[in-house]
Amino acid sequence: MNAPVVSPEPVKAVRRVPPPMAMLAELTHRCPLKCPYCSNPLEMVKRADELTTEEWTSVLRQAAAMGVLHVHFSGGEPAARRDLEDLVTVGREVGLYTNLITSGVGLTEARVKDLSARGLDHVQLSIQGTDSETADLVGGYRGGFDHKMKVAAWIGAEGLPLTVNAVMHRRNLHKVRETIHLAVELGARRIEIANTQIHGWAVKNRAALLPTRAMVDACTAVVMEERERLKGTLVIDYVPPDHHSIYPKACMGGWGRVGINIEPNGKVLPCHAAATIPHLTFETVREKPLAWIWNESSSFNAYRGTDWMPEPCRSCERKTVDFGGCRCQAMAYAGDASATDPMCIKSPLRDTIRQLTEAESEVGEIPAYEYRTM
Amino acid sequence: MTATPEDRLPDTATPRISRGVRLRFDEARETYMLLAPERAVKVDPIAAAILEEVDGTKTFAAIVDTLAAKYAAPREQIAGDARRMLVDLLDKRMLEIAP
Repeated sequence: MNAPVVSPEPVKAVRRVPPPMAMLAELTHRCPLKCPYCSNPLEMVKRADELTTEEWTSVLRQAAAMGVLHVHFSGGEPAARRDLEDLVTVGREVGLYTNLITSGVGLTEARVKDLSARGLDHVQLSIQGTDSETADLVGGYRGGFDHKMKVAAWIGAEGLPLTVNAVMHRRNLHKVRETIHLAVELGARRIEIANTQIHGWAVKNRAALLPTRAMVDACTAVVMEERERLKGTLVIDYVPPDHHSIYPKACMGGWGRVGINIEPNGKVLPCHAAATIPHLTFETVREKPLAWIWNESSSFNAYRGTDWMPEPCRSCERKTVDFGGCRCQAMAYAGDASATDPMCIKSPLRDTIRQLTEAESEVGEIPAYEYRTM
Repeated sequence: MTATPEDRLPDTATPRISRGVRLRFDEARETYMLLAPERAVKVDPIAAAILEEVDGTKTFAAIVDTLAAKYAAPREQIAGDARRMLVDLLDKRMLEIAP
């Protein structure tokens, strides 16, 4: 009666993944500083394996086409790359908001002027303390602090917006007010007060880095006070240490949700520490298009969304607030990357962490640092 | 002690978007976005229309006049909305008053 119905091709479900907002471009792992909380992975990429200028250019074009808005040139020390200026030019050409995350070491007045002329949008300058003695002890680089002060002045002279990035820990947390005031003196519009994350190299120095609970509470109070007082002068972004908090931080704003990281050799990670999760494999931009890696790769889909979550995360009302916290921290402490972040009050490991934290952050001598060298 | 929005942004002041802050149309998300250090703020069409008049030469009063003429809307209402939004951006250091 009727012509046989030809069954249509099975419809392949199309994954709808919103594009990333920001890309961290780790241009190199090389760095003159030796910070005890270095966030580079334990196994660093050698100079010979770094992406070339042409490869980075392609990555920047692909990122912009996908919908990335901000590119953060970072490292290591990105100024160690001679083509930093050219990559800033490419970033601007393709419409990206270009941010330089630097220690300042390796920048000269001429380079700052050139970067500014090429349209660099913003600079984030790290400081390790409010005086040369402390800062140079932490960074393991003599003269670093004085040089940073010069770099800040060159940035200011160009009218480039500056964020001071202050990494806080046991040796400098009590100086948070002075740190904020230094940022104002340097003409910064914004300060990021970030407590050290205890990952990778920092684990070796945990006892020297973890502040006491009382130090953290005092710091938080100062931040709240100064934030109100400096409204319209300085924006204060504050990342409290999660070893002392109740709920975990929304690490990376959720896995594969907001940010994408490129290692110096082109390996693409959902967060800069993700390579510490041993069962995941990561593609590189030398093998696959960036958009495919973001949308389709098994690593980016491993902990994306909420379907992967076990209990207690699965039924938790905060699962779309903190996305289960940090997968790398779960890996490090629970030995299972899909476990509840051990910093969460709902984690069975929370008490163990608290005891460990409180024992190690006892008032007393700060143990000597185990410095990071290349 | 607290300054009113009118103190922060008087009619005679000339606001301008700070260096390091850019308004652009985001093709992927089909919306205007205001890009600033570590921030990307979705800008609705009304806010985008206000920001497009912030060119560093017009006073706040002139901006409101232009918008009132363009959109045939009550001047007072536009002034209130525009001031609220721009003062918020002053607080976030995305906007500044030209000297």
